[in-house]
Amino acid sequence: MAKIIIPTPLRKFTSNLATVAVKEGTVLESIKDLTKQYPELDKHLFNEEQQLRGFVRIFLGEDDIEDLEGNDTTVSQGDTISIIPAIAGGTN
Amino acid sequence: MSSEIKFTPEELARYSRHIILPDFNIEGQKKLKKAKVLVVGTGGLGAPLLLYLTAAGVGTIGLVDFDVVDDSNLQRQVLFTRDDIGQPKVIAAKKRLEALNPYVNFITYQTGLTSDNALEIIKDYDVIADGTDNFPTRYLVNDACVLLGKVNVYASIYRFEGQATVFNYTNKQGELGPNYRDLFPTPPPPGLVPSCAEGGVLGVLPGILGSLQANEVIKVISGVGETLSGRLFLFDAATFETRTLKIKRRKDNPLNGENPTQTGLIDYQQFCGFGGEEENLEKKPVKSINVKQLDSLIKENANIQIVDVREAYEYDIANLHGELMPKSEVTNYIQKIAKDKQVVVHCRSGKRSSDVIELLQEKYGFENLYNLEGGILAWAKEIDQTMPTY
Repeated sequence: MAKIIIPTPLRKFTSNLATVAVKEGTVLESIKDLTKQYPELDKHLFNEEQQLRGFVRIFLGEDDIEDLEGNDTTVSQGDTISIIPAIAGGTN
Repeated sequence: MSSEIKFTPEELARYSRHIILPDFNIEGQKKLKKAKVLVVGTGGLGAPLLLYLTAAGVGTIGLVDFDVVDDSNLQRQVLFTRDDIGQPKVIAAKKRLEALNPYVNFITYQTGLTSDNALEIIKDYDVIADGTDNFPTRYLVNDACVLLGKVNVYASIYRFEGQATVFNYTNKQGELGPNYRDLFPTPPPPGLVPSCAEGGVLGVLPGILGSLQANEVIKVISGVGETLSGRLFLFDAATFETRTLKIKRRKDNPLNGENPTQTGLIDYQQFCGFGGEEENLEKKPVKSINVKQLDSLIKENANIQIVDVREAYEYDIANLHGELMPKSEVTNYIQKIAKDKQVVVHCRSGKRSSDVIELLQEKYGFENLYNLEGGILAWAKEIDQTMPTY
């Protein structure tokens, strides 16, 4: 299994879990395994064309998957995937 | 250049811990004195940023904020005291900072940063530190910095989580680093990520992230160390987990990618999905009533239903005896919302309830819903001053 770290704004869709264990394979397969477990999450991560939304980035280890092989990047046993959304808070 | 900068004996004494610091020394201090830094937002992130940049001896510091100090700010905005409540933040901040360091020149802008004034304000500064609290201003600050070639030192927080990096920084090898649009090409839709006013924030978190920002500003100016350019630092205060991820420029960046399509500032409210004209044409307008009208209806014992879409913990602080149906689960309560009489929907300030009404009108065909203008805050201000606010 691999691990996906869920950011705070999306934890309301994962029963407040901060990490979820998923199947390895490709990044897309691992994330689809996550959204199979938590279907509400799917529309927040992907648009109608099933492309990743512009305010979310996916990292495998410390690398953006766009700088690897995108959705096809291989996820191995024990890897950590990070979902990083834009957050804006600061002043108020 | 920095050899023109001179210090008085008092300044040398004050900055002695910098001056004896290997690698930083008098040259670093001269660069700080020569530098002009603009801090956008004088709140949670702005407080430590401004205190440390002022203490460190940055020569010119600009402060931008439209807001006034509120008691609920004092949980984290450590620049201010109770005496400042009701004062414009930039004025209260300047007074506090001048007391800390008389060798700094402060310039205040008591205004929100907008597409009309951003380039004019930012152009005179070397480094911009973004301590704002909303997506439209984040994109505005970023775009203005890229268009003007300024470094944008960035930090952002949400509940227990913080992000920090340095955008649009050219390193010693002359390589330009990524900016906000390389990281997040488009903003989230309104409502997905609540503001700190709705989502809450741990008070010390902006203190930590704002201090990191001050550190990056000083590194950018002095050239000492390695900045966070090209790296996104993440901090989870709840678990104390930190991650540093690599970020790169993208070819499709509309500002400075391979085929730039944007050469000026845009309408950032619309870009972030707030009040886009096309969108509004399709949506029915949200009807509203004010607190005085609601007060009259209650006193008349009018046949109305009051729906409170805040969370249970907010209801416990203060309420109007409405029926609690939190926004996040409101679709579970559809059967409980009357269709045959006037229904007043409210939240804390009027934003969430307006979103709920839009949803209920669009998806469930309600036509009898009224948004309480200004929410329970307006009620506490105008009708019942004994009601606690938060």
